[in-house]
Amino acid sequence: MNTPTLNRTVAPPDFVPQLDIDPFCDDFLTMPYPYHEQMREAGEAVWLTSYGLWAFTRYDHVKAGLSDWKNFISSAGVGLANFRTEKPFRPPSLILEADPPDHTKARAILSRILSPKVVQQIRGEFQVQADALIDRLVEKGEIDGIRELAKVYPLRVFPDTLGLAEDERETLLLYGDMVFNSFGPRNHVFQRSVERYEPVREWIMNKCQREALRPGGFGDQIYQAADAGEITHEEAPMLVRSFLSAGVDTTVNGIGNALYCFGQYPEQYDKLAAAPDMARQAFEETLRFESSVQTFFRTVNSDVEFAGVPMKENDKVLFFLAAANRDPRHWPNADVFDIGRKATGHMAFGTGIHGCVGQAVARLEGELILSALARKVKRIEITGTPTRRLNNTLRALESLPLRLIPH
Amino acid sequence: MAVVKFVSFEGESTEVDVSPGVSLMQAAVNAGLDGIIGECGGSAMCATCHVYVDENDAHKFDAKTAPEAEMLECAVSPLKPTSRLGCQLVIRDDCDNITVYLPEYQQ
Repeated sequence: MNTPTLNRTVAPPDFVPQLDIDPFCDDFLTMPYPYHEQMREAGEAVWLTSYGLWAFTRYDHVKAGLSDWKNFISSAGVGLANFRTEKPFRPPSLILEADPPDHTKARAILSRILSPKVVQQIRGEFQVQADALIDRLVEKGEIDGIRELAKVYPLRVFPDTLGLAEDERETLLLYGDMVFNSFGPRNHVFQRSVERYEPVREWIMNKCQREALRPGGFGDQIYQAADAGEITHEEAPMLVRSFLSAGVDTTVNGIGNALYCFGQYPEQYDKLAAAPDMARQAFEETLRFESSVQTFFRTVNSDVEFAGVPMKENDKVLFFLAAANRDPRHWPNADVFDIGRKATGHMAFGTGIHGCVGQAVARLEGELILSALARKVKRIEITGTPTRRLNNTLRALESLPLRLIPH
Repeated sequence: MAVVKFVSFEGESTEVDVSPGVSLMQAAVNAGLDGIIGECGGSAMCATCHVYVDENDAHKFDAKTAPEAEMLECAVSPLKPTSRLGCQLVIRDDCDNITVYLPEYQQ
């Protein structure tokens, strides 16, 4: 079978800066910020020769591009692959890899289940769990911030709320890790995550079935929406799947990155410990400074001019959320971690119709962990060299040795 | 350019010049007003930019969409017929003077 040839940009016009940067190589994934700066300063739109795609790194363009779902579509994939010519790696997500009007109905259901009102209802239980965990860890003193804190808390509270049983929850992380890797190329980082995921694929997909979900939990509410005819019963497990891909590895890394920020900048932790009410605002700044989700792709729907460059139908476009979050055009002292700033408007959750639908839950988890720490821990010290877990989309740590010194 | 008067719950007025295309949430955040949070950055995802639009100015904005109406249900301060999310109120080219009242709490 012939691969259909698509109209798309092969080489950009001469005036467009071209950079030979691979945003998925180990070096980039380990320390992306110097590369972000290089791209941001090269121009409004940059052509990456490594994969033949457009890159946007400045705040205004990332925000405008992500808001423009008509020109920059998601149904052809939010990774490097173009679903118009390449078979999707997995059955496409009903919400992430979809455009209106299909996207709208899935989004409406998840928005309802994850609304700020619901989040107020779960707050009490999430708070109890956060306080109990931090109490245990303070008792211990020397901990691994990732293995014993950042992974433990989201894996406790979120699957409970979904309505999942308590068995082997860490296994759930393998799915999110694989999905976020699949948005990049088929590099060794991706291959390794697939190898880890394959043996548990069936176990994880079974978690999306109604019988695995406690009646009344978030997962079961998806099936209730199917009962009400909003989606089909075949679509319901697909939408539950989205909870598992987007709902745990993201918050694990959000909390892990926050701990890393405070370990690196003890004077900022002092501010937080002196004013635990700053926890919510502080978590916001950690999201800006070390964004869990670093990038998302879109596909150009039809020829369009954007940021002064002519883009062709089927071009792949890479939006660097994390680079927008440190754009000095938008943020004064962008490279300074400062919990006193208003980080509102950062791109860590994306924006527009595909902006993270679970962001209220993510904020709740981050706020409660930071406020529990602030109330119980005077100082956080990094006691060993942190190690990274490379992922094509996520900024993630594998380990973070910490000492928690109580008040 | 429109002049938007934000009236705090305590009755204090702040006038802000707002360019066409900019939302009232963004304008308030840029001006450093405390009465609007805009936590989600303008995606109609958090209900922390709740405002009451002066009845005389309601027609100067696009009508409420269903997602906005649903999100308003999550606002912590009382909902009124004039309630809107500031992030969804974008200044039009021909806007002149607008008055909005801020609720007691956003969160």
